[in-house]
Amino acid sequence: MNPGQESRGAAIDLESITKAYGDFKALDGVSLRIEPGEFMTLLGPSGSGKTTTLNVVAGFTDVTSGKLLVGGKSVVGVPAHKRNIGVVFQHYALFPHMTVGRNVAYPLTLRGIDRATRQSRVARALDMVKMGDFAHRYPSELSGGQQQRVALARAIVFDPPLLLMDEPLGALDKKLREWLQLEIKRIHRELGTTFVYVTHDQEEALVLSDRIAVFNRGRIEQIGTGRQLYDEPATLFVGRFIGDSTVLRGEARSDATSTALRIAGETVTAPRRLAGEASPVMLLRPEKLAIGRPGQGVASGTNRLSGMIAEAIYLGSGSKYEVRLADGSTAIVRSPLTGESFGLGEQVELCFDGADAKLLADDSTADTTLT
Amino acid sequence: MSASEPTSQPAGGRPAGAWKPFALTLPALVLLAAVIGYPLLTIVLRSLSEPEWGVQNYAWFFGAPVNLTVLQRTFTISAWVTLVCIVSAYPYAYLMTAVGPRVRLVLVLCVLIPFWVSGVVRTLSWVILLQDSGVINSLLRSVGFSGVRLIRTQTGVVIGMAQVLLPFMILPLYSVMKGIDLRLMRAAESLGARPSRAFFTVYLPLSLPGVYAGAIIVFILALGFYITPALLGGPRSTMLSTLVQSQVLSLLQWGRGGAMGVVLLAATFLLLALAAPVMRSRHREAGRR
Amino acid sequence: MEMKPLTRVLLGLVCLLVAIWLVAPTLVVVPMSFNANKSLAFPPQGFSWQWYQNFATSPDWSTSFLNSLKVASIVAVLATVLGTLAAFGLDRMKARPANLLRMLMLTPMVVPGVVLAIGIYAVYLDTKLVGTLLGFVLAHTILALPFVLIAVSANLEVFDRRLETAAASLGAGALTTFRTVTLPLILPGILSGLLFAFATSFDEIVVSLFITNPYLKTLPVQIFASITRDADPTVAAVGTILLFATTILIGGGMLLLGRERKGRL
Ligand SMILES: Nc1ncnc2c1ncn2[C@@H]1O[C@H](COP(=O)(O)OP(=O)(O)OP(=O)(O)O)[C@@H](O)[C@H]1O
Ligand SMILES: [Mg+2]
Repeated sequence: MNPGQESRGAAIDLESITKAYGDFKALDGVSLRIEPGEFMTLLGPSGSGKTTTLNVVAGFTDVTSGKLLVGGKSVVGVPAHKRNIGVVFQHYALFPHMTVGRNVAYPLTLRGIDRATRQSRVARALDMVKMGDFAHRYPSELSGGQQQRVALARAIVFDPPLLLMDEPLGALDKKLREWLQLEIKRIHRELGTTFVYVTHDQEEALVLSDRIAVFNRGRIEQIGTGRQLYDEPATLFVGRFIGDSTVLRGEARSDATSTALRIAGETVTAPRRLAGEASPVMLLRPEKLAIGRPGQGVASGTNRLSGMIAEAIYLGSGSKYEVRLADGSTAIVRSPLTGESFGLGEQVELCFDGADAKLLADDSTADTTLT
Repeated sequence: MSASEPTSQPAGGRPAGAWKPFALTLPALVLLAAVIGYPLLTIVLRSLSEPEWGVQNYAWFFGAPVNLTVLQRTFTISAWVTLVCIVSAYPYAYLMTAVGPRVRLVLVLCVLIPFWVSGVVRTLSWVILLQDSGVINSLLRSVGFSGVRLIRTQTGVVIGMAQVLLPFMILPLYSVMKGIDLRLMRAAESLGARPSRAFFTVYLPLSLPGVYAGAIIVFILALGFYITPALLGGPRSTMLSTLVQSQVLSLLQWGRGGAMGVVLLAATFLLLALAAPVMRSRHREAGRR
Repeated sequence: MEMKPLTRVLLGLVCLLVAIWLVAPTLVVVPMSFNANKSLAFPPQGFSWQWYQNFATSPDWSTSFLNSLKVASIVAVLATVLGTLAAFGLDRMKARPANLLRMLMLTPMVVPGVVLAIGIYAVYLDTKLVGTLLGFVLAHTILALPFVLIAVSANLEVFDRRLETAAASLGAGALTTFRTVTLPLILPGILSGLLFAFATSFDEIVVSLFITNPYLKTLPVQIFASITRDADPTVAAVGTILLFATTILIGGGMLLLGRERKGRL
């Protein structure tokens, strides 16, 4: 709380954190370094351990094993109220018996800050979330979005070097969410505090974050920028969780430099091979797939697959097609507005460059855990 | 898709030792053991040991027809009281759910005020009302009837007890009825049920948990009633409590009085044990709003 | 739900009768308390304040009233403290032991009064607690405890424990959290528990009849004695005073609670 350090964020190090409930491991060896001032998002399906991670950092949950450092100092065993970490909850958690002003002043009162300073800091925090006019209202007299902004003001008013947010926008409607996402981004820029943000909404994660950690079943599958996760998914799970994707499975044959998949009579190849024993699958982003009528040879792709239009969705900027392939699986293709359009049930051909296909180890759990 | 919430653990962040919550209940438990547990144990022991060890007091209780009559009467009166309470509380509680907030407040106050007013004072009122020179008799006399005996009769006891116990019936009934989704009634009617039929096939079954809960409470409280029967009743409406009291205080027969008390206590707990599972399964019923 | 007019009228009529049955009988003490004759026979004759005077001046009545006030006040505080602690303990326990202990603590409500009374009487005879303040306080506290437990538990059930987590994240230790967040939010439950405990003790008669002696009588004991012994309209005067006092208390309490609730969830 030294004024000179006010706007500096703290670094966080999680080193092989494990949290077990009986036999069940909610967190299974989670390691993560968050840089000072970084906006890190924890992304993953329900039950993957995001909240547990946040609770561990906040001090609401003890770890079973592992190391946890905030600002370079171990905080294992330090009770929550001594950690000086701001937390914004999905359910707001505003004190219903206090006005907005008293809610926001609460952490300052606890820290023995004098009245005048308190008032000015409360006013500043409320202004920052654009709630300056509501100081005398009770939480029950505010809308959900307003309550969440007050909660945010309360969590930043004591200048914590680290702010944790657990799906803070989860209960709000889409319009409000999108607007508040931008507000949160702005506040992050203004404060320079380290933000750790939990969501299961990949779009939200992409909008907000410097980096994203993708959680699955108590483990981190991959850490990276949104672009890295989209372009270079480390696992099939990540590839499927971030953005639209088509997964091709088939009888695999690999040699030293290439892999071929045989899918219901057609063969596709990629100029790579997968290390290890796992059976390979190919993952393709919609924009890497070209669509055309059979035999037209629309694109220069080396691989061709035939299919049938199962669903056509008009997106405004173009169209999105779901194409049923010969083996029964579904491919997702996006075509620009200027391109040809296809009707339901029409036979089509998909082409792609083998170099654009990501070769990943098959993982049967990747599909079922999708939300 | 719902997000799981932060695990709730005591503030301060460390899980409290399991002994902490228990320690909080300890003072109450100690007092409970000293002022309820120990005395009840004493009574059980004395019923088995005075004047000498054995079950002679129980043999005496179940051997004397007088006692059995009183035991039976205690149950009969309690059953009547429960019945009167159900019949009068049901429409009342229903009306409470059907009216606007203002009338509801009046209805609630009508239940709560007698609930709060001293029970002794209320029984006193019944003495004044029911006595031979009381309000009801003077009203009856003025229209030509003479000398209806109300005080020291079973009827008087039932009327007085039911009035005292009525709130215990109305309140659980109301809280159940308030949760019944009235759209179900509309649904039934839209399916072709006449209103009366919709009531008997939909509303009544859904309100039964309230009836059960209220009936159990009223019956059990009625079994142990002492003051009202003592003041309004006579020799022909004596209930078990009065008998226990006279054995102990007038006859100093701790063994016999104790045995009677144990019988009363056993009956109460037996009823509770029988009622508990029924009530629990009933509470799971659907149709809540 | 639509009702036929006839059904509606019938329902209204039945309820009116029930309401009268609930409220009216008690009111009969009011005219009786101004009776000029020393009799409880109806209708009362004449008008006088003498029974109110008698209540204020007769040592039997005034001491028993003061005794009741004293006992009930101590019991209210003691039962509220013990009951609130216990309610917290149960709230923070695992469900199974909590349910078991809760049932145990509610037993004073269902144990027949006379059975409990002879038990306590027997023990008090041995421990020389008959007719003592301590004796009354202990017995009444145990009888009042369930009401406090129920009132506070009901409040704890709707209390959002996550607010405590939030307070901790803002820097509040366990005690501060309790003082600034938990306590203010469950205060209505504690207060109504306090009121219930007071009323329970002030009105308790069955156990009191057994553990009383000429040196320490509570008001209900005195009323009971007066009803059974003589037809003294002083009881009617006392009844009238209690009736108005309670009505004012509940009315005030309801207004207060109504105001409290404003600005809340
Ligand atoms: N107190 C607990 N006892 C037992 N298991 C728990 C407890 N808290 C969490 N878990 C389990 O740990 C796992 C991870 O839970 P967590 O709350 O971290 O998920 P999450 O990623 O936040 O999911 P969501 O998106 O639904 O919020 C879940 O399977 C959950 O059931
Ligand atoms: Mg979560």
